[in-house]
Amino acid sequence: MTTDNGVSLEARGLTRVYCRGSEKINAIDGVSLTIRRGDFVSFTGPSGSGKTTLVNLLGCLENPSSGELDLAGRSIFGGGKILGEKALTRIRRDTFGYIFQNFYLIPTLTVRENVALPLAFYKKPGVDGEVDRLLGMLGMNHRMHHLPGQISGGEMQRVAIARALVNRPDILLADEPTGNLDTKRAREIGEVLTDLNRSAGLTIVMVTHNPDMARLGGRLIEMRDGQAFESG
Amino acid sequence: MISRFQIASKNLLRKKSRTTLTLIGIMLSSWVLVSLLGFNRGYETALNRDIDNMGYQLMVMAKGCPYEAATMMLQGGAGLRYIEQTMVNSIAARPEVDKVTPILMQAFFDPDKGDGGGIAGYFGIDLATYPGMKPFFRFRQGGWFKNDTAAEAVMGYEAAELEQREVGDMIMVPEKNVPLKVVGILERTGTQDDGTIYVPLKTLQKISAIDKITTIGIKVKKDADITKLENSLYQLPDMQVVSFTQVKQTIMKLISTARMMVLSIAIIALLIAMIGVVNTILMSVMERIQEIGILKTMGAMPIDIFFLVWTETLILCSVGGIAGIGLAIVFARLSDILVRRILPYSPGGELVAIDIRLALLTLAVILGVGLLSGIYPAWKAGRVRPLDSIRSEG
Repeated sequence: MTTDNGVSLEARGLTRVYCRGSEKINAIDGVSLTIRRGDFVSFTGPSGSGKTTLVNLLGCLENPSSGELDLAGRSIFGGGKILGEKALTRIRRDTFGYIFQNFYLIPTLTVRENVALPLAFYKKPGVDGEVDRLLGMLGMNHRMHHLPGQISGGEMQRVAIARALVNRPDILLADEPTGNLDTKRAREIGEVLTDLNRSAGLTIVMVTHNPDMARLGGRLIEMRDGQAFESG
Repeated sequence: MISRFQIASKNLLRKKSRTTLTLIGIMLSSWVLVSLLGFNRGYETALNRDIDNMGYQLMVMAKGCPYEAATMMLQGGAGLRYIEQTMVNSIAARPEVDKVTPILMQAFFDPDKGDGGGIAGYFGIDLATYPGMKPFFRFRQGGWFKNDTAAEAVMGYEAAELEQREVGDMIMVPEKNVPLKVVGILERTGTQDDGTIYVPLKTLQKISAIDKITTIGIKVKKDADITKLENSLYQLPDMQVVSFTQVKQTIMKLISTARMMVLSIAIIALLIAMIGVVNTILMSVMERIQEIGILKTMGAMPIDIFFLVWTETLILCSVGGIAGIGLAIVFARLSDILVRRILPYSPGGELVAIDIRLALLTLAVILGVGLLSGIYPAWKAGRVRPLDSIRSEG
């Protein structure tokens, strides 16, 4: 999905305005940034600063109010174009893997079934064997037949990471991936993400409140009042 | 790998008690529906068989209430008035008529029958024509009378069982004190014939001191116009025609009210079950909004989610429907006994007849209505946006 210049994502003047009654709130206010292939970008900032909204826009989870977004040189948003749910889904499944603070594992499916879940809906060519490879890589082989309720929070997030990577996405979007974990588990997940970025060259875009996690990425972007300030 | 079917079925296992209650609702509706449809078919088939086993499609008798006469005949009673025997040949000469048989029905009070006595029905029949009308009669013991004046009797299966009679036994005609020798006992036919005692026509006429008959049974030629014959017989003075088609229609009309009531109950049960399905699936969708959103971030299209939720409905309705049909088949005899207790007249044989075609039809109805019920929850699930699942603030 990347072009020769190695640019994964490029946002220009990205804006997201929400209406609350007659009041207009600029959740994202003209953000421009470039994320290259292999970058590990951390977004930090206080609650309500717009970091999750920005990552949602970058991850094509919603349309911006204005501005442009290119994905590997291909224009996704721009010129007032609004993409429907199907078009957004096609882009997402080809490009992104997502992990969230709450893991969202299906409680009635085993660890292995949870990891394989995306393949029931969409399977990229050449991903056979990915489920077992990822479970092995993330040290979850011995838990593959357990249900989510039988494993720890840190293990659940590992399963969620494996599930996000099973279709070999170009970019992993992580929204507060350690928000529900204690310090030790959070550090373990941080190590997993760093390893994925360094050894597999996976592009990672992460939202975090945790300063230690934020420092893991090579780039740190601080969000304030819907604007992005790069500091790393 | 995991299939969508496995995902759907495992989703249903999350709330086991809710799923079980919904399944019970569908199962009961399916049970009621298939039993009712089975009764519709079984009753009509049994009635047709009873009437076909009469051997003749029309009966001519002296004027009176035809249905009363028919009922009496079916129950072994006698007609109200008598017909000259010469009428038999006159009717036999008509072009539509295949065969005719004269019958004298007599009822005698038997003080030894049941508690406080009862009516014993005797049929005086013509040996030359009557057996030909009943080719399906099989003898358990013995056979027909030696001749048409013999003091002999052939007993229906139940009549013989009731009186514990064997071939060779002597029976006494009540009120008349005339002995008759039992020369044959019929196999069970599942019809009213089982309770009848047959005697040669001339013998019964002699016993009753009547040289007439009560009834003429008429078998119509295969392609003849039965209505035309019926109308022409109505022209006979002081004669009444009983068409078994009419009798059948009248009985079917009588039970149609009961049938409509039961059908209404079945439809209401079906609707309640389907509301249960909508409720179960909708609640399940609402509880899983976030998960559904996450499935969409993984690449599931709205139509994928629609079919996933629809599959859950399909599983519920299939399992409930099949279980209900299974129960209906297992308890068909019980339903049969209950129906016989409720209805004033029930023909012999199987009243609730459930076959594979009927079972499949019921399953198709359950699945059809179930899938219809699943459309709204499935549509609602398909419309969930991934962002609905992401609650963390940024």
